[in-house]
Amino acid sequence: MQLTGAEIVIRCLQEEKVEHVFGYPGGSVLFIYDEMFKQDQIKHILVRHEQAAVHAADAYSRSSNKVGVCMVTSGPGVTNAVTGIATAYCDSIPLVIITGQVPTAYIGQDAFQEADTVGITRPCVKHNFLVKDVKDLAVTIKKAFYLAKTGRPGPVLVDIPKDITIHKTDFHYPKSVAMRSYNPVVKGHTGQIKKAVQLLLDAKRPMIYTGGGVILSDAAEKLTKLTRMLGYPITQTLMGLGAYPATDRLFLGMLGMHGTYEANMAMQECDVLVAIGARFDDRVIGNPDHFSRVARKIIHVDIDPSSISKRVRVDVPIVGNVPDVLDEIIKQLEASEGKPDAKHLASWWKQIEEWRKKDSLKYKMGSDLIMPQYVVEKLYEITGGEAFVTSDVGQHQMWAAQYYKFDKPRRWINSGGLGTMGFGLPAAMGVRFANPKATVACITGEGSIQMNIQELSTCKQFHLPVKILCLNNGYLGMVRQWQQMFHGNRYAESYVDALPDFVKLAEAYGHVGIRATQPADVEPALKEAFVKHKNELVFLDFLTDKTANVFPMIAAGKGLSEMILAEEL
Amino acid sequence: MRHIISILIENESGALSRVSGLFSARGYNIDSLTVAPTEDPSLSRMTIVSIGSDDIIEQITKQLNKLIDIVKVVDLSEAAHIERELMLVKVRATGKDREEMKRVADIFRGHIIDVTESSYVIELTGNGAKLDAFLDAIDRSLILETVRTGVCGIGRGDRILKV
Repeated sequence: MQLTGAEIVIRCLQEEKVEHVFGYPGGSVLFIYDEMFKQDQIKHILVRHEQAAVHAADAYSRSSNKVGVCMVTSGPGVTNAVTGIATAYCDSIPLVIITGQVPTAYIGQDAFQEADTVGITRPCVKHNFLVKDVKDLAVTIKKAFYLAKTGRPGPVLVDIPKDITIHKTDFHYPKSVAMRSYNPVVKGHTGQIKKAVQLLLDAKRPMIYTGGGVILSDAAEKLTKLTRMLGYPITQTLMGLGAYPATDRLFLGMLGMHGTYEANMAMQECDVLVAIGARFDDRVIGNPDHFSRVARKIIHVDIDPSSISKRVRVDVPIVGNVPDVLDEIIKQLEASEGKPDAKHLASWWKQIEEWRKKDSLKYKMGSDLIMPQYVVEKLYEITGGEAFVTSDVGQHQMWAAQYYKFDKPRRWINSGGLGTMGFGLPAAMGVRFANPKATVACITGEGSIQMNIQELSTCKQFHLPVKILCLNNGYLGMVRQWQQMFHGNRYAESYVDALPDFVKLAEAYGHVGIRATQPADVEPALKEAFVKHKNELVFLDFLTDKTANVFPMIAAGKGLSEMILAEEL
Repeated sequence: MRHIISILIENESGALSRVSGLFSARGYNIDSLTVAPTEDPSLSRMTIVSIGSDDIIEQITKQLNKLIDIVKVVDLSEAAHIERELMLVKVRATGKDREEMKRVADIFRGHIIDVTESSYVIELTGNGAKLDAFLDAIDRSLILETVRTGVCGIGRGDRILKV
């Protein structure tokens, strides 16, 4: 039997066992939505802005390791989605984005709601397709899912002109696809791994540094096993948090621009560094020349060869899928006669504990102003460390990363690479759909939340009991912090005047709003939200200290050991 | 250093812009780029001449390999290879210049492929330096128009770029 293109799209998604599609209808995708309407295997989540559809699908994937799927119409539907797509691309999140396009005959004629979708999205997708013949549709969607989730994952876009959704053809969904131009490496090179194992065993001041790749490849357990076998210190990037239990002694905290003193110092001073699923980003190692001043051997495990030796020269590159490589390293370590050098390791740990004594995350707490850090610490306590935490971008994001101790992977959901404000709330929605019983908290600021505040409406429609913790300091806090530190206290456009009454706003959307103005209010407010209003969305507006800054801090262009600590100001 | 990168790429619409977009997005330099289908019409062969340090060329090669449509990438300049470029030059050819132009074209093993009362079109093949040398050898004021294809290259002997 012949099916229309629209029917084929839905059948393909069903074959891929897609349960949720985040999207927004429009002219070019009407036939696809019509087929969506006629079935109930796939649930469509109607957002209020296409950017939110992509963020929700993205966080759905981050919190579940399923491919996130979204659907938008041509033209403005796509351009609105671009920020979401770029966000997912920067953090290597597997997504399939189905976009409508004007009919084939109209392409290039400046038709209504026409945009060059393939052209606009090309630099921010792993790959994209324009389907020109309905016969290619099923195999193209199959390829999209295959590309999105294999190798270094990423968003893949399929642009479907409206006439293609009407044309008919025989439907056959391929079980697998092979592409001669795409063969991602899985196993690491055994010889290289052997060299790495030897380096690890010979190390005097070893350090393990891991990133989002460990989370994405579900390698947290293997990483934990390896780290404990060796007894080496471990640090994680913003994207890597949760891959190793943050409450464990071997964990030195997050590293980088706002990393802990001990993590950054150990990263700088180590003699053997193993980097796993991380990319020596500028926010992580600061100035690469400063980093390279200390001689150290670097082992780098990554699935993407182009991440290796990009910013920092590497001694032992290992291209492969992280869990496969870790398996091999563990296997070789177990078979090896060598053991880590206990004497050197003990003196290295002694040094690290000295650094740790700086207690670089301590902050002063008064009795009248709510410190933002305190709110995150209380959230951690009240949720027992078990919540899924999404965040927006800015100071609150850093405090969330610093003070909420993630013991499990896929619990910390934030836009690390692109740094997209407006990510947090739609992300919380996506997390909740992927984990219907989970406690979901969105840590945000009064700046970021307003970038996708309209999603409070989506949350109402789908009864999503997300808890929004707005650390409201009346400023675009991270911008204000940089202006204070590097721009002579000139607060250009970082003060946000005329803020809405968030409590009333939440109520207007049909939710619960709570305001806390004193430190003593924090715990009761959180309890009210998480216990009394467990099944409702609660918007918690915390009026926090307007002058609080994030420390430690490495100024842009500075080296890892050139941290500014809170006490030094 | 100057490198000649040869690419086999799926012959699909948009493939060229994926490559050129990569170069502009990452700030890599393109000296010349040529592309045409191969004997297998599903594949195109592209030759890019780029100038950059070894680190940059390594990144370029890796980033190209990451593009889904690209089947193979080699840096031809890593080993023995041949490079050629085609140039068409339209020159004024009148009076005593007419004879002289013919003579210089012969010396450079060029062919005159179009003749009018006042002009020649000369076809010339060689590496970039030879084409430059020809332009230097003739009177600049006689050049009416030039067009060059950019470099294409191939490995010597057993070096074969094929699927």
